[in-house]
Amino acid sequence: MGYDANLPVDQAVPSPAPERLLMKGAEAIAEAAIRAGCKNFFGYPITPQNEIPEYMSARLPEVGGTFVQAESEVASINMLYGAGSAGVRCMTSSSSPGLSLMSEGFSYLIGSEVPTVVVNIMRGGPGLGNIAPSQGDYLQMTRGFGHGDQKAIVLAPASVQEAVDLMSLAFDLSEKYRNPVVVIGDGLIGQMMEPVTFAPTVQSTTEKPWATTGKPPTRKRNIINSLYLDAETLEKHVLHLFEKFGRMEAEEQRAELYLTDDQPEIVICAFGTTARIAKSAIKVLRAQGIRVGLFRLISAWPFPQQAFQTLVEPTSAFLSIEMSMGQLVQDIRTQVAGRKPVEFWGRTGGVVPTSEEMVAQVQKLHHKLVAQG
Amino acid sequence: MPNIKTVFERSEVLTSNQFHYCPGCTHGIAHRLIAEVVSEMGIQDRTIAVCPVGCSVLAYEYFDLDVVQAAHGRAPAVATGLRRSLPEDRYVFAYQGDGDLASIGMSEIIHAANRGEKITVIFLNNAIYGMTGGQMAPTTLPGMVTTTSPYGRDTLQCGHPVRMSEMLNTLVDPVFIARGALSQPKHVIKAKKLIRQAFELQHQGFTFVELLSTCPTGWGLTPTDSMHWLEHNMVPFFPLQVFREPGHAPEAANHYTPDLKVHG
Ligand code: SF4
Repeated sequence: MGYDANLPVDQAVPSPAPERLLMKGAEAIAEAAIRAGCKNFFGYPITPQNEIPEYMSARLPEVGGTFVQAESEVASINMLYGAGSAGVRCMTSSSSPGLSLMSEGFSYLIGSEVPTVVVNIMRGGPGLGNIAPSQGDYLQMTRGFGHGDQKAIVLAPASVQEAVDLMSLAFDLSEKYRNPVVVIGDGLIGQMMEPVTFAPTVQSTTEKPWATTGKPPTRKRNIINSLYLDAETLEKHVLHLFEKFGRMEAEEQRAELYLTDDQPEIVICAFGTTARIAKSAIKVLRAQGIRVGLFRLISAWPFPQQAFQTLVEPTSAFLSIEMSMGQLVQDIRTQVAGRKPVEFWGRTGGVVPTSEEMVAQVQKLHHKLVAQG
Repeated sequence: MPNIKTVFERSEVLTSNQFHYCPGCTHGIAHRLIAEVVSEMGIQDRTIAVCPVGCSVLAYEYFDLDVVQAAHGRAPAVATGLRRSLPEDRYVFAYQGDGDLASIGMSEIIHAANRGEKITVIFLNNAIYGMTGGQMAPTTLPGMVTTTSPYGRDTLQCGHPVRMSEMLNTLVDPVFIARGALSQPKHVIKAKKLIRQAFELQHQGFTFVELLSTCPTGWGLTPTDSMHWLEHNMVPFFPLQVFREPGHAPEAANHYTPDLKVHG
């Protein structure tokens, strides 16, 4: 597929890319969004995700899109609300404190059913924290991070290629459910250089009869709104949203099971960067004869419980490994419901756990299990 | 019945929903003026409204247009998102009150104006928070009693009222900024002209019309006394004026293009 100078700008296809490119995670996320048909990007500078807006500011004009540097994350998310209402594919990216600022607007996106994609490259917290990799927003993101009864799909890539694939899925899912989708990563995923393959550029084919594009005489006006003053009416609206959330929970669970088929003694539960490091630890531990496997969440919400439940019976114990102080482990405990031991180990403050540390933690838990018989 | 003709009717850009505004409130006038302008310009099918939080939170019930309901203060950002996504022939306007625009949404309005977003913002300034029960607004007059300034606005504690039109007029990129009032027929006629000018200039850049308005309920006055009060108290501090027109940018708005070299 080549560049066709005869096409109007907004239909121009991006210049051909080699099948396989070596790209930095953040830039690959941005390029993947454009190839998924993202037309508008609104964002505010915050480390460690600045490569995404920088890339977008150079690349979007080439494909007839628009980059707007917003005055704040509050403005970004509300610009997104406007652009999403107009029915175009659009996104923002930010990092933890920026997401806190976006939480009001995020709730409006859900309440008004506006599809869009939000990327959170998480950093150390609380407060100003630091810019080092973190998974400390797991609970904030997976509980729907705005006010009110609301939920959103959260995707957690563990490699640059997976980030690319999940960006395009994120746009599709946001339109399928008319609900924002969040993609979470951390500074490591953003900075890492890896070879990636892009799927061909697509344009959204979803019909959007609800979009506010100007009311022709042939139809009723479209209203994008989350205000329902009457309690019974709002309840009905929320129940409608929960019918969608229920479908998401049933249909959008995604997980990877790694070396979990042989009645593992220990299954590590992790996502993103920690899951990736855990795989190296598992290779070492397996060589030592410890049957250890990995349960990796790809959808942080909905929690991939169908896959997880198959592990509870055959596994002796679970170890949640996080770059946070025990957030994912809360979901693991809920899922295990007391049937097996569930332990937590993590580093925080932006410290990335090493594979050696993970090996030591698993060995410790293994000794404990052996001692208990 | 032969010689009877319609001399006044509801604009077809307004729905038949009954306004929820208090009797004598000027929101209704402002809605009608906007609807008439949209109708007369023949752009109903190309106009998208952005409604605020405040007394006009339900404005989406009244305009027979595609409408987006914005979060408190964020209408200019939402309008930006729409503007940057829709075909160029569309008209996007935001309707905001003084709490929405001049307090919680101060950042969004200034930056939308400064980017020169091709939108129109209609700013209803009635010097008070109407919907939440008459609290002090950034535009509340010195000494004015509200439910959160029971001793009158103390300028030593709260500063003076914010003059939005004047403030926006310090920026380079807006193409039209004007202040009108809705307090008597001649002002209403003028206000409609300002709204029309703003819409006509919208595709050139950021356009802004401030309308001094009444809140009889919040002010504790009758509708007629409110009109007099507005003219006597608000107009002297918020002069009725066209601040910016294309080609008539004030000194402060002169374009500056540096050559970006180290030495001249
Ligand atoms: S409270 Fe004031 S501004 Fe609000 S509708 Fe009543 S009179 Fe109008």
